[in-house]
Order: sequence, then structure tokens, then C-alpha cells
Amino acid sequence: MASRGWWTKLRLLDFPDDVSSPERYRMLRRNMNIVMLVVTLVPLFFMALVNYHEYQTRLKEEIVNPLHSLVNKTKHSFELFLAERLSAVSFIASAYSFEQLANETTLKRIFSVVKQEFGGFVDLGLIDEAGLQVSYVGPYDLKGKNYADQHWYHDVQIWGSYVSDVFMGYRRFPHVVIAVQHRTEAGPTYILRATIDTEKFNGLIASMGLDQKSDGFLINKVGVLQTPSKSYGSVLEDFPFPLPPVSYESNVIEAKDAKGGLVLLAYTYFAHAPYVLVVIKQAGEVLKSWYTLKTEIFFIFFFSVLLILLVVFRLTNLLVKRMRESDEKREAAFREMEHTHKLSSIGRLAAGVAHEINNPMAIVNEKAGLMKDLIEYGPDFAEKEKFLSLTESILQSVDRCRSITHRLLGFARRMEVQIEGLELNEVLKETLKFLERELMYRNIEFELNLAEDLLPIASDRGQLQQVFLNLLNNALAAVDDGGRIIITSWEKDADTEAVSIKDNGCGMSEETLKNIFEPFFTTKKGKGTGLGLPITYGIVKKLGGNIEVQSQEGKGTTFTIFLPKKPKEASVGGF
Amino acid sequence: MGKWKVLLVDDELEFTAALAERLGLRGMDVRTAASGEEALKILGSDRPHVVISDVKMPGFGGIKLLKCIQKNYPGIQVILLTGMSCGFDVEEAKRLGAYDCLTKPLNIGELLTRINEAVAAVAEP
Repeated sequence: MASRGWWTKLRLLDFPDDVSSPERYRMLRRNMNIVMLVVTLVPLFFMALVNYHEYQTRLKEEIVNPLHSLVNKTKHSFELFLAERLSAVSFIASAYSFEQLANETTLKRIFSVVKQEFGGFVDLGLIDEAGLQVSYVGPYDLKGKNYADQHWYHDVQIWGSYVSDVFMGYRRFPHVVIAVQHRTEAGPTYILRATIDTEKFNGLIASMGLDQKSDGFLINKVGVLQTPSKSYGSVLEDFPFPLPPVSYESNVIEAKDAKGGLVLLAYTYFAHAPYVLVVIKQAGEVLKSWYTLKTEIFFIFFFSVLLILLVVFRLTNLLVKRMRESDEKREAAFREMEHTHKLSSIGRLAAGVAHEINNPMAIVNEKAGLMKDLIEYGPDFAEKEKFLSLTESILQSVDRCRSITHRLLGFARRMEVQIEGLELNEVLKETLKFLERELMYRNIEFELNLAEDLLPIASDRGQLQQVFLNLLNNALAAVDDGGRIIITSWEKDADTEAVSIKDNGCGMSEETLKNIFEPFFTTKKGKGTGLGLPITYGIVKKLGGNIEVQSQEGKGTTFTIFLPKKPKEASVGGF
Repeated sequence: MGKWKVLLVDDELEFTAALAERLGLRGMDVRTAASGEEALKILGSDRPHVVISDVKMPGFGGIKLLKCIQKNYPGIQVILLTGMSCGFDVEEAKRLGAYDCLTKPLNIGELLTRINEAVAAVAEP
């Protein structure tokens, strides 16, 4: 349930339908980003991971396999070398009797042959059952020495043969001892012991053909160097790494040297000698190609992610922006259609009402007219003037009613637009003449910024006058005495001319702004019909133009009208 | 301004009565009819200079009366009156052959001017 709650909370597929809500687009953008990122990044991530792993395995194998074979081969050479010497000694022990070997002259002859044939032999000695060296050929005087209490003596008695660790002989030269026990059923049991110098070991190590930065050497099973190392000390010094785990097959492990550098340690234990062959390579060197590849993989991954992020974010932004624009356009078109429908039905209603009222008004008009006539044409009487003024007042009221119903009918009537060539500036000036008196009376500052070079346009003079008059009346109603109204005309583009009427009056709230083109909406509290701006809107649309309004409460309002130079097909074909 | 004979046709009797008296005060010889049929009867016996008729009347309306007059009494000018019903205006009235079309409520001065002009138009064809 917890996961379901988390999923629900994310609301990937559920976002507000309201196209005007910024939340909808914020969530849409977020969800698209999440989905696109998951769909692209997850496979990329897994691919990179698999690649990384595969490359690592393959490359390591490629690097490590030659090390294995090198270590195995060299171990083999060492074992062969030692086995040869052991066999030689064993052969001597078997081929000659104790007495023959005890004879130093014979032993000397045998020693010289062996030395010549095998090389590396330093001395040769015979030790009897009691551990006493009965004969010896070599550079030292070891005859008569007793080995009975030495551990190798016991080892050789148990195992039959023995190979020693390297040790420094009396000549300060690294040696190893090999010993073979000869056991016969009839004769005495004796041990033949030979010392071999390790110069040959160095030769075997050198034959590995290691590069400058690699190191190869023998250690014994307690970690003492048996052959000199390039970087880790000379013979009989301690090997500076912990002993690798026992393995008679070649093995490669990673270790850290004294400087903290990573090294690859290839080694193998000897089965029949107390040695471990070790080859050390600097991991940095060996794994150079792997590190390069790893860096490349990382950078490719990093740049791919960066590219994906960039593309996803830009694409999502673009898509959501397009979606929002198209939503807004659709919404605007829908609102305009709705508005047109409203105007049209109100127009029909208004026409009906106006017509019905006109007939009774006509009767009132004629009756009052007749009364006035009778008073005028009749003889003088005391209250004649008063009666005349009363009837005149009735007639004026009828006239007012008539202008209202005519306006309503004008709103509703399917008026043919009468297109003629006209100059906008001229129409503006004509319209202003109607208002001159009010402007003067109220001391309103008037500014005309008319573009001198406006070309004549094809439009309807009467309707335009009506439009300008309505807007100017509104501006006059909005400003206080001594206010300021600015009228500007200009050419907007090759097809359109524009007129703006700007006042510094009371302005409108956002709420009012939303409703100003609604029929019967008025802020003039009883003084307005609420038809001025809807009519203006209707006319401008009928003339193929557009009307925009900007207003700030307390600062003023600007109405801007855009008119086509040539009439387009009417967007609102009358009511 | 001569003493023109005017026939006033409208189903609103209050309207025709008052207007007839007002025109009478201004020197016109005015007769009234409440419908198209009644107007045609009067036309048969007493031929006026100008007929002023409402467009919209029950039964025999102003347009039908206009057509009858054009057919049977050419030379009588017709001025139509309208409460500005939908789809009818000055242009249409003139197209049908009326001298003019005025909207109610009327301005008496304007009506007099139109009557005089209409009569003059017949006198000097």
C-alpha cells in the first residue's frame, strides 16, 4: 500500500484539465520530463553498467592470462632445474656404494663430472646414518661435521629428498642445499648433500623477459626473498607484502605496495621446493588501457546523460509551450464565439423590445405634440408658457426614449457596412468636434499624436465615428475634470492602421476588464446602458478589425483599435 | 406649403387621431384609415396627394397597400412608417417604390418636410 500511495502522490497521469491553470502545465512538464528521462536514462544506465562490467572482465582476462602462463612456465623451469639436480644427486647416490662415495678421490671425480655436466654445483658431501659428514668435496672444510640435529637432516630422512631455502654460504654467496637419502635393504642408509649456487635462479628469472617496470623473484614460504628483486629488496630481505594465500596453480591478486600504489601480484607456490614465484606489475601500467576505457565509458555516459537532459528539457518545454499556446488559442476562439452568440441573441431580444416600445412611444409623442400644438395655436391663457414647457419636456423625454430604442435597434440591426475610402485622422477630428464643448467646459487636457503619413483606408465612416465616440465618451467619464486624454494614430504594419485612446482616469479592476464587452454590463450606476462597448466591439469586428484594452486601477485605461486597410470578410456578420 | 390631402393609415387609432389633428392644425386635409382595406375604399372616392401608412398592420399591411397604390393610383406618393421592425429600413422601402420611410416616434417637422417634398416630386416629375 505504501508504494501505491507513493505512486498516487506522484500523479503521473492525473493533472488539472483547466487550461487556464498554470498547475496543469507545470505538472504536464514535470510528468513528461520524468517519463522521458526514465525511458531514456534507465536503459542507458544499464547499458553502461553492462558494458563496464563486460569490458572489465574481458580486459582483465586479457591482461591477467599472459601473467598466469608466464608464472606457470617459469615455475616449471625452476622445478625442472631443481628436479634435474635432485635426479643427478639421486643417481650418484644409487650408482655408487657408500664406500665408493666415502672415498674422497672418487667423490672428487664424480663432483667434477657433475659440475661440468649440470653446472651450479658448489660442493658435494656424504653423510652417514648418524649425521656425520664422512667425505666432502668443495671449497669449505666440512668433513667430520655432524648434521644430526639439523632440521633438514630430519626432513630428508622423512621425505627422502630435500631442497633448502636460500642462505648465504661462507663465501657470502646465496646458495641452496639439496639432499637425497639413499636407502637399501642390504647396505647402510646414507645421505648425499650438494650445494648449488643460485646464480642459475637469476638466469631463470631473467629468461621471463619482464619489462622495466615489472619485477620477478622467488620468496620462501615465510616471506624472505630468495632471489634479488628490483624494487622490493635483495636476497634474504623480507618481502614487503603479506604472504599470498597458498595456491599451487598460478594466481593473480591485487595488493597495495608501501607507497599505496596498486599492484598486480601473480604468484605460484612450488610443490616440491619451499619457494613461491612472484611476479609484480604496477596495476597502473597494466590496467592503463582499462583505465582509459573506463574514463571513455564514463565520459560517453556523462555526455549522453547531459545531451538527453538538454534535449528532454528543451523538447518538453517546447511541447508544453506549443500545447499551452494552442489551448489558449482554442479557449480564446471559444470565448469569442460565445460572446458573439450572446451579442446576437441579445440583439434579437433588444430589437423586439425596441419595436414594441416604439409604437406606444409614437402615441405619447403625437398626443403630447397635439397638446403642444393646441396650446401654441390656441388663445393665450394664464398658464400657457408653463403648459408649453411641460409638453416640450414630454416631447424631449420621448426623444430620449427614441434615441435609446434606436440605439438598441442599431445594435441589433443587420447593417450593411458602407465601405468608402477615408482617412482615420480625419474621422477622429470629426468625432472630436462633437465633444469640443465638453472638453472645454471640463478643462480636460487633450493631446493628439496623429501620424501625418497615414494612407487612406477602406472602412465605414459612420460606424467608425460611433466607435470613436463611444471610446471617447468612456474616457471622458473616467477622467476627472482637468484630466488628460491622449489620442494616437499610427501604421501598425503594411495591412493595418491603429488608433489608441488613452486616459489617466480611474482605470478598471481585472474583474471589470473581463466584463467590459458584455452587453448591459456597466459601472456607470444608472447612467449607462451597458451597450457602448459591446456595440463598439461588434462594429470593430464587423469592420474586420480588433480591439484591445489595457487598464490599471487608479492609473488609467488605453483602448487600442486595429483596423485593416482593406476590409476583410466580416468576422461577425451582423446580429 | 399647400393644403395637401393626406391619407393616414395605421391600426393605432390613438396615433392616427392625434397625428391627423396635428397635421390639420398645419393646414393639411387629413383623412384616416385603420387598415389597408379601409384605405383602399377611401382612395376610390377621395384621392389624396400623399398616403402615410404604417408598415405593420393586422391583415392588409403597408407594403401591400403600397403595391396596390402603385398599380391602381400611380402619382400618389406613399410615405411608410415603421416601428423599426427587423429587416426593414429606408433602402428597402425606397426599393419597393415608397417615397420615404420614417421611424416612429415621428418628428412632426421632418414629416411635414417629407410630405411637401413628396408632393413637389409629383408636381415636377
